[in-house]
Amino acid sequence: MENQLTAEEITKREMEFDAKIAKGIVVEPKDWMPDRYRKQLLRMMSQHAHSEVVGMLPEGNWLTRAPSLMRKAVLLAKIQDEAGHGLYIYSAAETLGTDRAEMIDQLLSGHAKYSSIFNYPTLNWADMGAIGWLVDGAAIVNQTVLAKCSYGPYSRAMVRICKEENFHNKQGYQIMAYLMKGTKEQQEMAQDAMNRFWWPSLMMFGPHDTNSPNSGDLMKWKVKLQTNDDLRQRFIDRTVPQAEAIGLKIPDPDLKWNPQTRHYDFGEINWEEFNNVIKGNGPCNRLRMKQRRDAHENGAWVRSAALAYAEKHGK
Amino acid sequence: MSKSQEWPSWEVFTQNKNGEAHEHAGNVHAPDAEIALMNARDVYGRRQEAVNIWVVPSTAITASTPEDVGSFFDPANDKMYRWPNYFKTPDGIKQI
Repeated sequence: MENQLTAEEITKREMEFDAKIAKGIVVEPKDWMPDRYRKQLLRMMSQHAHSEVVGMLPEGNWLTRAPSLMRKAVLLAKIQDEAGHGLYIYSAAETLGTDRAEMIDQLLSGHAKYSSIFNYPTLNWADMGAIGWLVDGAAIVNQTVLAKCSYGPYSRAMVRICKEENFHNKQGYQIMAYLMKGTKEQQEMAQDAMNRFWWPSLMMFGPHDTNSPNSGDLMKWKVKLQTNDDLRQRFIDRTVPQAEAIGLKIPDPDLKWNPQTRHYDFGEINWEEFNNVIKGNGPCNRLRMKQRRDAHENGAWVRSAALAYAEKHGK
Repeated sequence: MSKSQEWPSWEVFTQNKNGEAHEHAGNVHAPDAEIALMNARDVYGRRQEAVNIWVVPSTAITASTPEDVGSFFDPANDKMYRWPNYFKTPDGIKQI
């Protein structure tokens, strides 16, 4: 469609589009949109969907070793939700004209990114608590804002996800609270998980605003409504009191309440580590991709058998 | 990695409870209608959001286009008399 329009017409449409966004009108799949809007959204949404799917792996690691049947049932339900969240977002992303299979191919071939948090290992049971509480907690802060974004299908998927995410957050916090009431070893286990997941959780919000190349356009088009640093601050402000309430220490010597700003001040994030994990050199990058590829390949016969059955029976 | 033939897409409509209309929930991929229903239940009904589900092949949906929004919906724009508050009634008249 784009190539039928003259440069002049495109400029005119872009101005109309910007005005529409400024008025708070939501964009729907068949509406005209600038090419860059479509590309940025697709990049963001596919990355988000992949994160939900890869995010099942670190938790799947503890399914067979959950400490009770109840914990196992809850973890299973939580992981199933993550699969669902991946599907909601793939479904929303498909409205932009890219097939889900193509997005999955990009993930499996290593061309698409997913959240770097899932490249950290889950070493003890308390990590299930830390992930639900911190990682899903950070995701909630991010997604609550995305629920008001300018693209209809993405916003609707976020509304659905946010409703379910609170369960993830609370079950994680409850695991931590329970361990903190337990033996000395259990308390140390919880603190160890906290120490390992705190900083990577802060990294989930992405680079500093001054160093975030895509933010300008995304903010203008209301794909993003708040900056990385603002969201990170909001997460810290709401999480620190939760940690203190159950006796967990935040592994940051510079963390301190600032009565002037009414926010917590905090130490500098290790951006070298962040960049390194994004580049593929985190502790589990290769393992995660191998697990995804294996799952995809091992399920191939099921997909083709079901298709052959449907064709044979004329369904 | 071989890119095998993919399952087609189905649009999913869920009815939250009896008495309410079906509402579009999203899509699923499935080889046939039966599996599309099961996938739709697992994806869009994990928390009792649905008492009934419709699945329709995505290709079967015909939609109006945003480009034609002006002329297509135009017949409704100049008929304000379809709204009851278009009509003024004498003061003091109730229940109309």
